[in-house]
Amino acid sequence: MIISIASGKGGTGKTTVAASLASIIPESVYLDCDVEEPNGHLLLKPEFNSEERVEKNLPEINRDKCTFCGKCLEVCEFNALINLGSEIILFEEMCHSCGACVHFCPSKIITEISKEIGIIRKGIADGNVLFVDGVLNIGEVSVPPLIKEVKKNIVESKLNIIDSPPGTSCSMLEAVRESDFCILVTESTPFGLNDLKLAVDVLKTIKVPFGVVINKYAKSFIQMEKYLFNNGIEVLLKIEFDRRFAEAYSEGILPLNKYPELKAGFIELHQKIMKKMEIEKIG
Amino acid sequence: MSNQDKSDKSDKIAVTSTGGSMDAILSEQFGRCQYFLIVDPGTMKFEAFSNLGEQMQSGAGPKAAELIISKGAKVLITGHVGDKAAEVLNKGGIKIIDGYKGTIKIKDAVQLYLSK
Amino acid sequence: MGKDYKQIVILSGKGGTGKTTFSGAFASLINKKIVIDCDVDAANLHLILKPKIINRYDFSGGKKALIDNFNCQQCGLCESICRFDAIHNYEIDQLSCEGCGFCVRICPYNAIKFGSSQSGHLFECVLEDESKFYYAKLFPGEGNSGKLVSEIKRKALENISGEIKWVIVDGPPGIGCPVNASIAGADYVVIVTEPTVSGIHDLKRLLQLLNTFKIKAGVIINKNDLNKSISDQIYEYAEIHNIPVIGTIPYNTDFVKALINGANIVESNNKVREEISDILIGLEQEVNKTINY
Repeated sequence: MIISIASGKGGTGKTTVAASLASIIPESVYLDCDVEEPNGHLLLKPEFNSEERVEKNLPEINRDKCTFCGKCLEVCEFNALINLGSEIILFEEMCHSCGACVHFCPSKIITEISKEIGIIRKGIADGNVLFVDGVLNIGEVSVPPLIKEVKKNIVESKLNIIDSPPGTSCSMLEAVRESDFCILVTESTPFGLNDLKLAVDVLKTIKVPFGVVINKYAKSFIQMEKYLFNNGIEVLLKIEFDRRFAEAYSEGILPLNKYPELKAGFIELHQKIMKKMEIEKIG
Repeated sequence: MSNQDKSDKSDKIAVTSTGGSMDAILSEQFGRCQYFLIVDPGTMKFEAFSNLGEQMQSGAGPKAAELIISKGAKVLITGHVGDKAAEVLNKGGIKIIDGYKGTIKIKDAVQLYLSK
Repeated sequence: MGKDYKQIVILSGKGGTGKTTFSGAFASLINKKIVIDCDVDAANLHLILKPKIINRYDFSGGKKALIDNFNCQQCGLCESICRFDAIHNYEIDQLSCEGCGFCVRICPYNAIKFGSSQSGHLFECVLEDESKFYYAKLFPGEGNSGKLVSEIKRKALENISGEIKWVIVDGPPGIGCPVNASIAGADYVVIVTEPTVSGIHDLKRLLQLLNTFKIKAGVIINKNDLNKSISDQIYEYAEIHNIPVIGTIPYNTDFVKALINGANIVESNNKVREEISDILIGLEQEVNKTINY
């Protein structure tokens, strides 16, 4: 089973919720797919035991045999190849590794070489949580391929928790698709609400069932409640706005490890989701 | 500096333009301008090329640079050039004169450059 | 002959540090400006600035391939060459398709079409003081926001009046493609961070990226008193890398209260207004320093 944790807006507490769930569910798998800013390790503090490179393919043109016919340039939709007249150059970061130039080169002189786009690290957290994260190389733009690689570590027989990138772009989509359930983490501000609506639209489009966790909850922001009620969206958990939680987080401590009242809330959250999933299966 | 020192005032000049004539206004955009004018400073005769990069999803700047190199220009007069396009232009030995504003006519921009 | 305005891009790496709040505050305190929200995935600045929309433009995304069932002979060649796992059972998943066109070109029966899809809207607006403001909204699940970021900036800057002195850009989070697109042409980058382990972690990654662009940057530490020791670490790190800390703001629930009430913090809170005005003075000095090197 796969539960993904997402949020339209960054900084709502998505990683805290994901890491808290992983820490209360024994034998769970935590996968940090927020590869641009992977922060789960700061809270779960895993002991890493392996690291592997993730690569993408890039075309390499044999200069001595190139006839400058221009076919490779013509078939590259991303304009990653440029003809200088005396040389064809490649903008690596614009290449999507589609392989079209390699296939269509009439002289068959383009081969593929691999280039590292990031790494995947694995380890154990809290004694029995399998921890996996992806770390994108600085300046690299191939985010979805790295997320795909992180997701290859999903263990079907276990409960998998995916920490999605924030926002609602292709990277978020890549992370949450195929989830059995998605938790959307928001906060009691107009920013939180605006971005929650965007994320809800995405999940409806890809038909992933979801519920909401309101972090930094403030009763006075009634627009949030109104929206959720009018759209029939279930609130799974509310976490009060509390400076102590922010301080714990700032030190890299999961707030629930310091404040037991939070732990109960997360256990309940887990149970609620499991129950919803059962109903979903029967229905 | 080496590229720049080699150019002289008889080299062909590319200018980014909003229209296809010497009276058109200069375009500050490089990769996504509407037209390129390639001007021969000796005769002030020009050729106009419409820029396909205006609609490209990515890489409009480098592609525009590629076009200018292929047309034999050695100097480019424009507003702003992106990093990738500048890399291509430098490799192609094009001297970049940027910072021009979109308020000047092509012919005046060329004269201004030649008078310096 | 250089341009007359200075372009400031506000970034954060990590979300939720107060990037948009600062962008809104700067926008309110600076005159002769245009303001651009490049946080396309989750545009929020309009919620503070309350702009009046004067123009709406369609934004067309990248191209996507589509199989024409009538001509398709089900040979399966397209599925075998697609690197994005986007083709199954002679159908192309539009969300997975990256628009490389390989299948379009290789199909022996010309049964695959290739076209642009509309992926969102770009809004041109005016603010209360008549300044221009630009933001965009993508349709659900649309990606490609790097391209949209370039397009909003292009739209905003194409007819910029000579009187404009400042261009304020609220940048996207992260360090990926949209961030690269947002800092193209910037004179200075302001990084809003917070003293948390993840805040400093993401700050380091962002500074590494900026280093490759060779753009000058300054740091604002928001919620500065939340964790004294990490705040000190940020100062140390910034000093080693020759990046000035141009301002600090203490943890203050007034920020959230202002947000909940839909107010701009510098208009509803005099103390914060003074604090941020002071930061702006320092920022202006830093920006001008970079121009005269």
